[in-house]
Amino acid sequence: MRISARIVNTAASLAVLIGCLSLATPAVSVAENADAVEAGKEIAFSKKKGNCLACHDIKGGKLPGNIGPPLIAMKARFKKEDLKNQISDARVKNKHTIMPPFGPHQILKADEIEKVVEFIYTL
Amino acid sequence: MKKLAAIFTAVVMLASPFVASASPQQDLKDFRAFFKNKFPETPMNDFINGVYSIHKASREQWEAFEEFPSYEIYIDKGEALFNDTKFANGKGFKNCFPTAQKGIKGEYPYFDNKTGKVVTLEGDINKCITSNGSEKWGWKKGKMAYLSAYLAYQTRGQTIKVATPKGEAALAAYNVGKTHFYAKRGQLNMSCADCHYYYSGNKIRADILSPALGHVSHFPVYRNKWAKKSGDGMGTLHRRYGGCNKQVRARPFKAQSAEYSALEYFHTYMSNGLKWNGPGQRK
Ligand code: HEC
Ligand code: HEC
Repeated sequence: MRISARIVNTAASLAVLIGCLSLATPAVSVAENADAVEAGKEIAFSKKKGNCLACHDIKGGKLPGNIGPPLIAMKARFKKEDLKNQISDARVKNKHTIMPPFGPHQILKADEIEKVVEFIYTL
Repeated sequence: MKKLAAIFTAVVMLASPFVASASPQQDLKDFRAFFKNKFPETPMNDFINGVYSIHKASREQWEAFEEFPSYEIYIDKGEALFNDTKFANGKGFKNCFPTAQKGIKGEYPYFDNKTGKVVTLEGDINKCITSNGSEKWGWKKGKMAYLSAYLAYQTRGQTIKVATPKGEAALAAYNVGKTHFYAKRGQLNMSCADCHYYYSGNKIRADILSPALGHVSHFPVYRNKWAKKSGDGMGTLHRRYGGCNKQVRARPFKAQSAEYSALEYFHTYMSNGLKWNGPGQRK
């Protein structure tokens, strides 16, 4: 896999890169996962980071908005990969979406998105 | 401002369902029809009341506030500024605005074919001051907001009737404003339309998003939030624009920039037919 620095700069290939990295992620231990869930929750709830509560009702969060659907039964409805893609760039599924493109606009780093996925996968 | 580490200036038009070629008349028709359809219980004339036109519980709270409105003393201050301000050359505001008592806010904004610019009330206030040899005022709050509150108050009840943009230059300005309204911007990549058109009536966190129809009617406005943050709570429309741009982590334009004046031109035209209602009071 050789990717030139110039190409990495473009948002599209960044998304591809995130995708590749995730395939390479080894299985994590239960304890590590619990940490990631906790960290993901913090990122999701933080106004400066995910601020997902602005638009989504999420268990454990106060004063949620209702612009997007409540984040419930995630595991039953989604593959982790799909969740990651949705959070990274919601425009892929709905080009008019109001949901911010957290990945390409660098609102969240790739590892932060991973943690948010771990968290919402518990919902 | 300090917190906006990553300020995005890029504006993405590709993804917005925006048709630059539609005529302003058609835009106006569509805009009204959209909100009429979205909020069938709100009488058309009531959209001037912002979020309170679509949400009963907040309306009751607001009506209680309105019994002793916080902006009242600023109307008085504005009146005093109007009557008592003496410019370097001895003239006053009456020389520039002889018909102010009849309500002149409704004459703005308009497109001036001679200068090729959108003219706003605030713009003419500062023009009056500087052309008479005095120092211009700040654009967003303080004296500017008080005098504009007084002039808005004199205009209450009159109908918003911005002349339909005609000619290439006026249409170009209108389209700059329209583009601003529908374009995604900022790190969070949201448009005015996302929040105040498509998702108006929804909650963003604890705030209910107001419909853009009628938005401009009650400016300048007294905001509790501004009062808490600094000073007295009074602010102009362009102050609000800046705040809404910053919310999506976009770099705000300057108050009275060509960009915001064009936005005001489009935004006000979209409320044609409703009543002027300023100054207002909001959370
Ligand atoms: C400004 C609004 C907004 C914000 C902020 C937002 N979302 Fe969304 N989200 C939406 C909307 C609207 C949808 C519905 C699909 C669409 O319109 O793109 C959605 C869809 C989703 C979905 C798919 C849900 C389903 O049931 O189909 C997931 C998962 C999701 N968002 C997660 C998140 C997470 C996690 C965050 C924070 C990191 C977040 N969203 C922040 C508006 C938002
Ligand atoms: C992220 C969501 C969001 C975006 C994007 C946004 N606003 Fe707002 N705006 C709000 C919220 C929340 C309020 C306060 C509640 C209300 O009145 O809607 C508000 C209030 C306003 C008000 C005052 C309404 C009143 O009745 O006093 C105006 C005017 C306004 N916005 C204009 C704009 C314009 C123009 C843009 C684009 C430049 C814009 N907004 C973009 C969220 C947003």
